[in-house]
Amino acid sequence: MSETSLSGGGQLPRRAFLQYAGAGASLAALALAGCSDEEEQPIVPAVTTVDVGGTDVGALNFVYALKQVELAFYTALRTGTYYTGLAPDSAEKQILDDLQKHESVHGTFFRSLLTVGSAIRLLETDFSNVDLNTRLSAPGAAHPGVLNVAMALEDLGVAACNGSARFITNAQTLLTLGKIVSVEAHHAAMVRDLVSYNSFVDNDVVEVFTPGTSGTPGDGTGTGLERAKSFTDILAVINPYLKEGSKLTATQLV
Amino acid sequence: MDFFKLISDLEKVDPEVYERLDTRRRVFRYAPGLGKALSAAALPAFMGMLFNKAYGQGSATTLPAPVADVLNLALQLEYLEYHFYATGLSSGSLISAANRPAITAVRNDESGHIKVLRGALNTQAFSSTDPTAAAFDYTAGNRFSNVFTDAAVFYAVAQSFEDLGVRAYKGVAPKLLTNKTLLETALRIHSVEARHAAHIRTLRRGLHAGVEGPAAAQTPAQLSNLPQRPKSWVSGTDAGGPSAPFTAAIYGAGTPAIGTASQIFFPAESNTLQTGNETLPSSTSTTPPVIDSAAATESFDEGLNETKVKDIALFFRSGQGASLGLFQ
Repeated sequence: MSETSLSGGGQLPRRAFLQYAGAGASLAALALAGCSDEEEQPIVPAVTTVDVGGTDVGALNFVYALKQVELAFYTALRTGTYYTGLAPDSAEKQILDDLQKHESVHGTFFRSLLTVGSAIRLLETDFSNVDLNTRLSAPGAAHPGVLNVAMALEDLGVAACNGSARFITNAQTLLTLGKIVSVEAHHAAMVRDLVSYNSFVDNDVVEVFTPGTSGTPGDGTGTGLERAKSFTDILAVINPYLKEGSKLTATQLV
Repeated sequence: MDFFKLISDLEKVDPEVYERLDTRRRVFRYAPGLGKALSAAALPAFMGMLFNKAYGQGSATTLPAPVADVLNLALQLEYLEYHFYATGLSSGSLISAANRPAITAVRNDESGHIKVLRGALNTQAFSSTDPTAAAFDYTAGNRFSNVFTDAAVFYAVAQSFEDLGVRAYKGVAPKLLTNKTLLETALRIHSVEARHAAHIRTLRRGLHAGVEGPAAAQTPAQLSNLPQRPKSWVSGTDAGGPSAPFTAAIYGAGTPAIGTASQIFFPAESNTLQTGNETLPSSTSTTPPVIDSAAATESFDEGLNETKVKDIALFFRSGQGASLGLFQ
């Protein structure tokens, strides 16, 4: 039996099995596994996606995936001339260094927390569309700059954590997720203040509350709440930064 | 009644309606006893529950006492913050023109949170009337006698409140585990408080360096002087916070302070052990990112138990606040 053909007994070839282990199996791959062994040609697996899974594991994997993308980004930007041009004792260098450190700690932590078999695999990222040599791109620019992407990722990180919480069934896990989301929110506010000072709770991320005429607390329109974002919307921004084969789905987080 | 027209009409006044309404299977998780088959007789009650849950109104179901308690603590903290910022904005030139928009936005956020929490608590709110600023003593018994005349003191207390609020919401989140709507609401308040905290910290860095506006965001933190030049995230115990030793409790341990990975406990902000995993590497690497204790502690904010939160908040309660039963 060749390495790439699949027997009717459902035995997966070795290399493909490693790709399908844990929560990473996509429906397309599983469908292929059901092919009969009348198929003579070597099977080229369909492009696979990485599903984060469901319940606590799914919620943690979703956040872990974002952390992987963030760490990869904060690492990649260090080769761009925007970062290399920063003064060693400057605030922006201090901040970008801290962001890389924190996301690294988070990623390592998730790998410790999620046992082998439940953690998604290491994702391959793609920042070729980002202009790492530009601090902040103009609106409508073809390639976003460093702070544009940092802001998007951090804001999404907050929304991802907040949105994942409802799938958690374990109190300690919930508390731990809570410990991370406020750090993401600190990051998001800081980056926003670098992009445009005082934009830390702008209407695109927080449902602005407008007081009514009475002057009474609580009287007005809006809520002051962090905006909720669907996983679909979050992944629509994140997946372009992931290579084919690493793109994410969250089919069980409903 | 055309349900779908109703929703699309609602969307015209609330663009977020689709996010608010529970969709698909989640609806049934929040509707105990209705099961998956709706009878015509149950439909009106179901519809009411659907919208009540969406807009945080109290439903016919009373909140369990522990849940009402944590939401009431949150509500009281929001009043503490709201009146603090409102008073500051009315204190002449205390808040500069460059900072008024931000502090106004923060005050408005707190007002929104009051609205949301009252909506969730309904008749279970600790009081049917709003405490006024007179319920609070922002000088903390004359420790901060110039809180509304000295900007440095005002923002030091602001940072203290925001940092305390973040720890408080985090500390009570596990008690909302089974009420998914309230949990998500609490987390969506919590992350906004964390945004506030980061901005106030940035503002204070600038203030210490004698700058404001965008220049504040360009002011680096000083690890040797975190009380006055903090990072925009909590680093270790922040050397006791903006007004050590008084503010040290905000960054210190709660009760219980230690526990196993399967327990809820509240270490100090200098903690590096997360659910049984040590986050501070034992070996020193020189390849970025180099994770030292500052980085390990900054990566996680710790929760604080309700009693400890109240102990700290009590310093800012006036005699009138005591008679209203705040922070009890």
